[in-house]
Amino acid sequence: MADIQHLQKVASQVRRDIIRQTHLAASGHPGGSLGCTDFFTALYFEIMEHDPSFNMDGNNEDMFFLSNGHISPVFYSVLAHSGYFPKDELSTFRKIDSRLQGHPATHEGLPGIRVASGSLGQGISVAIGVALAKKMNGDDKTVFVLTGDGELQEGQIWEAAMFAPHHKVDNLILTVDWNGQQIDGPTKAVMALGDLEAKFKAFGWDVMHMEGNDMEAVVAGLNEAKSRTGKGKPICILMKTEMGYGVDFMQGTHKWHGKATNAEQTENALSQLEETLGDYAA
Amino acid sequence: MLAAKNKSMLDQLINTGNKSTRDGFGAGLLEVGRQNSEVVALCADLIGSLKMQAFIDEYPDRFFQIGIAEANMMGIASGLAIAGKIPYTGTFANFSTGRVYDQIRQSIAYSHKNVKICASHAGLTLGEDGATHQILEDMGMMKMLPGMCVINPCDYNQTKAATIAIADHHGPVYLRFGRPGWPNFTPADQKFEIGKALLLSEGADVTIFSTGHLVWKTIEAAKALAEEGVSVELINIHTIKPLDEAAILASAKKTGCVVTAEEHQMNGGLGDSVAQVLARQLPTPIEYVAVNDSFGESGKPADLLDKYGLSTQHVIDAAKRAIARK
Repeated sequence: MADIQHLQKVASQVRRDIIRQTHLAASGHPGGSLGCTDFFTALYFEIMEHDPSFNMDGNNEDMFFLSNGHISPVFYSVLAHSGYFPKDELSTFRKIDSRLQGHPATHEGLPGIRVASGSLGQGISVAIGVALAKKMNGDDKTVFVLTGDGELQEGQIWEAAMFAPHHKVDNLILTVDWNGQQIDGPTKAVMALGDLEAKFKAFGWDVMHMEGNDMEAVVAGLNEAKSRTGKGKPICILMKTEMGYGVDFMQGTHKWHGKATNAEQTENALSQLEETLGDYAA
Repeated sequence: MLAAKNKSMLDQLINTGNKSTRDGFGAGLLEVGRQNSEVVALCADLIGSLKMQAFIDEYPDRFFQIGIAEANMMGIASGLAIAGKIPYTGTFANFSTGRVYDQIRQSIAYSHKNVKICASHAGLTLGEDGATHQILEDMGMMKMLPGMCVINPCDYNQTKAATIAIADHHGPVYLRFGRPGWPNFTPADQKFEIGKALLLSEGADVTIFSTGHLVWKTIEAAKALAEEGVSVELINIHTIKPLDEAAILASAKKTGCVVTAEEHQMNGGLGDSVAQVLARQLPTPIEYVAVNDSFGESGKPADLLDKYGLSTQHVIDAAKRAIARK
């Protein structure tokens, strides 16, 4: 049984890290990062079998790919707390000579990152390639990939969406961060996504819904998704989240998509988030 | 002495029969598939054009039909490489580069993935399909990407050898070849060395550096020039990047003038790469045989090469212009 309380404590620390990283860098993307914190925490601290000593090929491990690379602060925080690299390195986020690039990259050799992302729409294809290789290698582990919802406006997404069911890539779990927001405003106003459940079903995916800011629901949802692997269809989780979740003044708006908090706002945000695992040294 | 050697080397460059470079790729893919079980192939609905069927027949489980979705193909190739496979992607050069530049840039080049981007139907010699498909900018785009190896072999045998050799090069490779039957003259048993220029004939008056289909045109030109008493040093630069700078500098120093020849735009092609080396280290008169800031059009390959300045006669004229500038 998952220790939900412990996972919530980890998530609180991850949220603090997101606020502190972006504040210190005076840039970055806190909104989507906060919204996906519960998902990342559940994935890395409960769901996936993974090895923080890090092998690029990930053989016989569950593997995760972040397609919407701009929410790197949450990715870096869970990787650090999982032991992929020292947590104090989070203080170098977006600074010169850092391994923690604005968007995730392999170029500087940061353990835990397997492909660069940031230019949107590419992650599902990469995850499919890894999932195909796992099948060829007789590796029964699962490949996870996260995309934004605005990101679904990219054409390559639908190329990948067509491929995975046709080739029965059923060791793949795609999660869509369905927060309804993108840089220019609500997705409904910018470019409506329509009926996502019907769209993915029509492409041949096994579609689930999940509440993304309820730790118990996230753990249950991801376990349920895992149980549906190996049945001939790729799995798509439409995960409802709130951008900025966990900090009252950042919640439910696109305004914090790509903007860091100032000193006063940082203090306010941190006062709402319990320090549970110890802050990294700034 | 040198003139005799020049002639004897040129005499050995004989067309053993026309074969397409894409057929060389198909043969090489099958061979490298037999040699290395990690080699896998992907194709975006052009199996016949890319000559991939023999590989598929022998290794159906190591082949992925992607459909007409080149962006997805590049991403999947990146993923296969992450897990230790050596993916070879196959589609036309146009759809292997410009169409998917950002996918190659982020998911393959910047991410250091061991993907072999195999691109057929490059250049004007694609022929009747016209300018929508005749990409002449692809080598420029690919060579600008940090860490990308760019290879443009000249005939069937060299393409086959290159296809096999790139499996042992860890990192992204752009392998460019073409559609038409073309003179096959390099040895069938050659070992392809990435980044190593190939001396085809020694000469004293001018050096011609050439790549891809145009190599044969430069051989024809060198033979004609030899009849006029002009001794051409003929060097095949099959690897545009990394460039064999030492070979370029040594020959330019020896002959004192240079021609480059390629089935590509002048901007961004082999000529640019050679000129950069010479401008920095050994300023030397240089003339270009390349397409000059223009798209192509429909037509027969030979007619297109004539019209766009890539014929044997154009090589001869360029060599004379270069010599006159010494």
